[in-house]
Amino acid sequence: MRYSGWKVITQGLLGNKGWTPAWRDPAPKAEYDAIIIGGGGHGLSTAYYLAKNHGLRNIAVLEKGYLGGGNVGRNTTIVRANYFLKGNSEFYSHSLKLWEGLEAELNYNVMHSQRGLINLFHSDGQRDAFARRGNMMINQGDDAILLDREGVREHLPYLDFEQTRFPIYGGLLHPRGGSARHDAVAWGYARGADRLGVDLIQNCEVTGIDVEGGKVVGVQTSRGAIKAKKVGIVVAGRSSQVAAMAGMRLPIESHILQAFVTEGLKPVIHHVVSFGMGHFYISQSDKGGLVFGGDLDFYASYAARGNLPMVEHVMEAGMTLMPMIGRAKVLRSWGGIMDMSPDGSPIIDKTHIDGLYLDCGWNYGGFKAVPASGWCMAHLMATDTPHEVARRFRLDRFRTGHLLDEEGTGSQHNLH
Amino acid sequence: MRLTCPLCGPRDRREFYYYGSEDYLQRPGPDAGPEAWDDHLHLRDNIAGEVRDLWYHETGCSQWLIVTRNTVTHEILSTELVADRKKKGVRA
Repeated sequence: MRYSGWKVITQGLLGNKGWTPAWRDPAPKAEYDAIIIGGGGHGLSTAYYLAKNHGLRNIAVLEKGYLGGGNVGRNTTIVRANYFLKGNSEFYSHSLKLWEGLEAELNYNVMHSQRGLINLFHSDGQRDAFARRGNMMINQGDDAILLDREGVREHLPYLDFEQTRFPIYGGLLHPRGGSARHDAVAWGYARGADRLGVDLIQNCEVTGIDVEGGKVVGVQTSRGAIKAKKVGIVVAGRSSQVAAMAGMRLPIESHILQAFVTEGLKPVIHHVVSFGMGHFYISQSDKGGLVFGGDLDFYASYAARGNLPMVEHVMEAGMTLMPMIGRAKVLRSWGGIMDMSPDGSPIIDKTHIDGLYLDCGWNYGGFKAVPASGWCMAHLMATDTPHEVARRFRLDRFRTGHLLDEEGTGSQHNLH
Repeated sequence: MRLTCPLCGPRDRREFYYYGSEDYLQRPGPDAGPEAWDDHLHLRDNIAGEVRDLWYHETGCSQWLIVTRNTVTHEILSTELVADRKKKGVRA
């Protein structure tokens, strides 16, 4: 069913009885041309672009829980293209362009809102670094405007400009940055893929990867064995466990990242804002809740919940920057399992096994990458060659020394 | 989360700095080659369950600890000093 304003009106008049499920619930077939393990944002977009761009039709997405039930359904939804390093900047630039056409592409409202992203700076050194970053963004063809203190005040009058500890010197405005509706991105790609014939198979946990003579031949699942010529592992925080089924040890450590949302408020924060003196970023959802987060808890974890010290730190950073939010009540918090790589950049690559591909290492920046990650992973799986904008996301770069350490913080998994 | 330091007793998590897997104790020699260094610095078992990792008692006794804990439940199972392990002659 194609969605439109006309459909909303006619269905409204007819008691909304004519809506049909957005995707089928098929049983797994005995064999597929390609299987994607993982029904999150990246897995669903990979399946969509495999079908759309490369004409494959016999594809399945295997999801152990329900579609979009992992990190894509629980994140701070920031969409931006403000990367610095060659290798990262062209990839995220490509992703932002895909976001800009996503609603028309998918016939689905992903609520992409380019409300502007402002990264604040608090010293001369930080100003220089942001000026340089802004120049790199402009060189890439994206947009960046360096704001001085008064320029920031025009956009964000509610910040605590008068404080002496972390005075606000200015900010880097990325006007095309913004946010989107997290669930809708997963649902939009799921519906799009289903309409192109992709089988989305939920409650189907992969328990083994079958390899014969150095070539992948299929997977074992909780719903039986399924043969496949090509298999893509797109499972974020669980990448190490799934790759271990194929005998691989990955450069990934899984960490916990907490985020928070308040009760719904009238519009008060109109941009996405990040603090430069403590890891804190905030935006306001269309429902009115303030959505904010900070750093990792810093220790490896699969608990999907964090500890109180980081809660305190995030709240302190928020109160330091914008004391007005102290009146809002926090409604809920959650913790996601982040696939942290040693240089903070992702991996989209072949493996040493023929027909087995890997898409992981998104650290805590995977949401904005959903469209381009799927685009590039689909290109890799269909053609066996890396896509131009993802060619530096190699699995072997840690051994060869071609790291993409955007923040220059070193080879420790939790420092990115 | 609280960790029991063998010297200082049960202490708040905030007193400790987390470094990473105990793999970091097995430092290769300078001529070990890129494979060994890649293994040491980057590759991890990344287990969902019982792991052993390194914590530094930064605002306490300044000792390095090997902590055995469960990454799914956050339960701390045991702690020992890296220094004690070396005394016992275990390669560290």
